[in-house]
Amino acid sequence: MSAIDKVNQDYRYSAEHEWVDSASPARIGLSQIAVDALGDVVYVDLPEAGTTVTAGEVCGEVESTKSVSEIYSPVTGTVVEVNDAVADDPALLNSDPYGQAWLLAVDVESEGDLLSPEEYAAAQEEAE
Amino acid sequence: MSPQNSRPTPLTDVHERLGASFTDFGGWWMPLRYGSDVAEHRAVREAAGIFDLSHMGEVSVTGPEAGAFLDYALVGRLSAIEVGKAKYSLLCNESGGVIDDLITYRRAEDDFLVVPNAANTPAALAALRERTTTATGRVFDVTIADRTAATALIAVQGPGAEAILLDVVDPESAEAVSRLRYYAITDVVVRAGGGELPVQLARTGYTGEDGFELFVDVDSDPHAAERLWEVLEEAGSAHGLVPCGLAARDSLRLEAGMPLHGHELSEQIDPFSAGLGGVVALKTKESFVGREALAAIKENGPARRLVGLASDTKRAARPGYTVLHDGTPVGEVTSGAPSPTLGHAVALAFVAPEHAEAGTELDVDLRGRPSPFRVVQLPFYQRER
Repeated sequence: MSAIDKVNQDYRYSAEHEWVDSASPARIGLSQIAVDALGDVVYVDLPEAGTTVTAGEVCGEVESTKSVSEIYSPVTGTVVEVNDAVADDPALLNSDPYGQAWLLAVDVESEGDLLSPEEYAAAQEEAE
Repeated sequence: MSPQNSRPTPLTDVHERLGASFTDFGGWWMPLRYGSDVAEHRAVREAAGIFDLSHMGEVSVTGPEAGAFLDYALVGRLSAIEVGKAKYSLLCNESGGVIDDLITYRRAEDDFLVVPNAANTPAALAALRERTTTATGRVFDVTIADRTAATALIAVQGPGAEAILLDVVDPESAEAVSRLRYYAITDVVVRAGGGELPVQLARTGYTGEDGFELFVDVDSDPHAAERLWEVLEEAGSAHGLVPCGLAARDSLRLEAGMPLHGHELSEQIDPFSAGLGGVVALKTKESFVGREALAAIKENGPARRLVGLASDTKRAARPGYTVLHDGTPVGEVTSGAPSPTLGHAVALAFVAPEHAEAGTELDVDLRGRPSPFRVVQLPFYQRER
């Protein structure tokens, strides 16, 4: 499968593999490319509602059987909702990273450097 | 295609066809997982898994003094292995550090097969060749041949392994399969693609389950490994067999409390620290490489001990993380993962001997957050027999 097939066309992406939707507040999550590289996710650590997150800075971590990765916030703003379902069942990240496994809803003040689906996929093809 | 600096195995095309994710391991281009590594792990515990282990080394040691030579080169008494049996042993340096841990099979009175780890095969070969002449100038009448490139190795592991093997071997080999004991090896014939395939079948593994390892010659028949894999996969589908990558292999061996060289063993780690003092034949052998250093370590007691650690959560302690007692560093984690079978994190760690007793409460520094772990008996997981 090429990178573009693993990218949801409705979202924009950070270079660190987080996606952002266009809603307000915006939902953010992890791309399938990131999730596939991790393997089976067993633990997700997320900030609480009310926390301020900053674009490009660590806002949580995700742990798989084989490794731990930090989650970088793609936007600056205030967390208004945390997806408890994914904290309770981290395997959702493997099965539905663009849907049920959204991580945070953020009241966005400003965005970091975000890539279009095509730009993000192209960057991944290059990295391979 | 594998990257230029990683060697493909005779089964790389098969793994690509199965959609594997690959990684470099010990210089080889190996399947890490095919789908979910946890599902692969569970299949081995509950049914069966098939692994490509062609990255492992195969070194043939033959000649009238092969047994005596291995007694000198390794820490165990390999000359005492019965024909058709195997033994786990260590290749140590003069300081007692472990160059490699390996399994030695005795195929005939003067014919041994030594299986080193992939990354250590060049070092193991060099040490074995050097040791054909002893420190006192004795020269062993022995021939050492590297058969790694000529040999593919496939493992079938799990409670369903024997039934799968019985489905693929020639009827005349069936009894040999059923009779084969743990740590034993025999020749069998596999029926593959309308032809016959000679296989050396060992009842060994690295998963904590019953299982087999199949050595097949790819020198005389370059497609022998693919034919063997395909016939096993086909027969295995009725028994829940799934292809498994190195991720599952690592979590399975960790649950079984088995050491991985580069983590629990290295040239800086002695067998007594790693809990493997029992394989060092100080009593029955007068001369072998590393004997003096190992005798001294046994006499004085090791400075650290390998222990099992378990927590109540899935948050894993990873290699290199610090083990704490009341906030003071007392050791270091060498391997760790959330255990798919047990549902909580498990780890192997070296700790100071006074903290090594089962039941001791310790913490592991998980990226700045000390988290409770408890010393437990190894293995973490043991199958019902």
